Amino acid sequence: MYTLLTGPVFYISLGVCIIGMIVRFYQYFNGLSWQLDRVAYKQFPGMGFKGAMRSIYKWLIPYGTYGWRSQPVMAAAFFGFHIGAVLIPLFLIAHNVFLREKLGFSLFTISTPYADWLTWIAVICLFFLVLRRLVLPEVRILTDRKDWGILLISIAPFITGMLARYQVGDYSFWLTAHILTGEIVLLAIPFTKLSHVFLFFASRAQLGMDFGIKRGGIKGTKMAW
Amino acid sequence: MPEGTLCNKKPVETAEGITTLLADQSGKTYYEEMKSLEIDSDLLWKTIQNTCKSRMRTWLEICAHCGMCADSCFLYLVNGKDPKQVPAYKIQSTLGEIIKKKGKVGNAFMRHAMEVAWAQCTCCNRCGMYCPHGIDTGIMFGYLRGLLYQQGFVPWEMKIGAGMHRVYNAQMDVTDEDFIDTFEWMVEEYEEDYPGLTVPVDVEDADIMYTINAREVKHYPEDLAEAAILYHVAGEKWTVPSKGWELTSLSMFAGDWAACKMQVESVYAAMERLRPKRMVGTECGHAHRATVVEGPYWAGRKDGRPPVESIHYIEWLAEALRTGKLKIDPAKRIKEPVTLQDSCNYVRNHGMREVAREIISYIVEPGYFIEMSPNKEHNFCCGGGGGFNGIGYFRKQRNVGLKCKRDQILATGAKLVIAPCHNCWDAIRDLEEEYEIGIKWSFLKPLIIKMLDIPEHLRPKE
Repeated sequence: MYTLLTGPVFYISLGVCIIGMIVRFYQYFNGLSWQLDRVAYKQFPGMGFKGAMRSIYKWLIPYGTYGWRSQPVMAAAFFGFHIGAVLIPLFLIAHNVFLREKLGFSLFTISTPYADWLTWIAVICLFFLVLRRLVLPEVRILTDRKDWGILLISIAPFITGMLARYQVGDYSFWLTAHILTGEIVLLAIPFTKLSHVFLFFASRAQLGMDFGIKRGGIKGTKMAW
Repeated sequence: MPEGTLCNKKPVETAEGITTLLADQSGKTYYEEMKSLEIDSDLLWKTIQNTCKSRMRTWLEICAHCGMCADSCFLYLVNGKDPKQVPAYKIQSTLGEIIKKKGKVGNAFMRHAMEVAWAQCTCCNRCGMYCPHGIDTGIMFGYLRGLLYQQGFVPWEMKIGAGMHRVYNAQMDVTDEDFIDTFEWMVEEYEEDYPGLTVPVDVEDADIMYTINAREVKHYPEDLAEAAILYHVAGEKWTVPSKGWELTSLSMFAGDWAACKMQVESVYAAMERLRPKRMVGTECGHAHRATVVEGPYWAGRKDGRPPVESIHYIEWLAEALRTGKLKIDPAKRIKEPVTLQDSCNYVRNHGMREVAREIISYIVEPGYFIEMSPNKEHNFCCGGGGGFNGIGYFRKQRNVGLKCKRDQILATGAKLVIAPCHNCWDAIRDLEEEYEIGIKWSFLKPLIIKMLDIPEHLRPKE
């Protein structure tokens, strides 16, 4: 099982994730239409680029937009989870040892205590987001089974990873479960709402171009859309 | 009865058609007929497949259902935080459902979707600024309105309004002759006070081509005179076109895209015919949005710009005050608590947040201007945007919607609200009528005229 998951299944899931997202990215931008969207994308590439970058950048900064500032607790939970969810998979030492072994290269790594902190914060924040989904009527009404599925898929690698990290019970079982749940995330990314991992940038870029080119960017106002 | 005689899928294209619809008081028969209107599901689905592309599909798909858009929506806030008023819910349960069901939806569903599209969203686009994914629900509601219009599920007044544009190239039954006659008559009325005051019609190569809102001709003719006075005093070389003078577009509110195209093309034709340096539009928000921001795309203009540079009235006014073309007598500046209503259509959606404040700095005595909260691009809709003001069928919902602006105004303590937008102006008038909070409201033109320092040579001889 372990050999299978760290061998062919790993390559397949990574491949599906990357190729799937390249395809979706291509489809997204190819499907933009100046006349249907009513944005002159091609006529004003400079203004479009500026608007897109501004829109992405501002929303990536904690409390960088009025929107984030208006919901400080949600913003804290959101960033608490997402910072961990991006940094841990990419920069954990163990992940990079694995990466070097499988793909022949590794990335910058973060120290174990720091990674532990990030993981705990991410898990706590994710629980808060779950709680929010259960408690707030305005979020509950939007929540469907798919949302719970996505939450489950997203939290599983964290939980199994921690159980393996702290060697609770059978280490090799949790490690295998961790690899499996991680690969499920990779496979799910192109086909579910998890596509936002990449499509966030596409969607934000579009709105940034929309405002940058058409809805006020030309007036020189530095609004963060 | 698949198609009613009044409520059907056909746009109104004749004056008789408009008269017949208008004769049906408050659309009583119209809405009765709507209950048995059939849906052309094939057409609906085909239209969606042809026009709902990656931007909107992705929006609908990646919406994280996080609910961060809830508090951004004034209709959610004033309706007791009803979860059914959360923007994401509103669009997912209407447009989202139609797409999920591939257009196979029933009559009751479509009537419900009509209520959501016109009475639960004013297309103010505020939610778009609060979504981490940049999902602009207002844009999707504009799109949904188009689908509903195609199927005949459109509020009575909106159907009439779109028909007016098709028949008269104006939002009301105001003909080109009515427009010129009224303008000339109003100018004559003020000639004694402003010697030499004229309305230059169809002058080629002028610096400014002025366009208006047909309501001004029909209900507020002083507005025309005021515009003429200000251009006269500023010494502008201006003109009005005898054809293509209507800046507004109720067809945009109705989702009648073909009429939108016809309407803006009439204005663009005037620009091409008269070759002015610039077009200046009256103090109206949606009209600016329609003709200057969205219009070029309806007309198929690849650069997304009108044929000549087109600016909002407040931009011209700020420039005239800045350059000294218009001078304000400091003694006559506003000396009472005053606030400003930022219009969604040209502040949030066309970046003019500072221009209005520049005007304020010239006309209000320091210390008397109080900002609304929130303000500028984050300001809430007046409560009557997107056609909401004009729909009798949803008047109750509209009046609830006004509460947000009422409370914002009350919190400023202002006695005067400057509203350089016809829609906002109407909504604020209506909220005063409905809730009697003791405020006055005004466009900029009459305020400026009262405080003008008129050069000696333009004054009437004693």
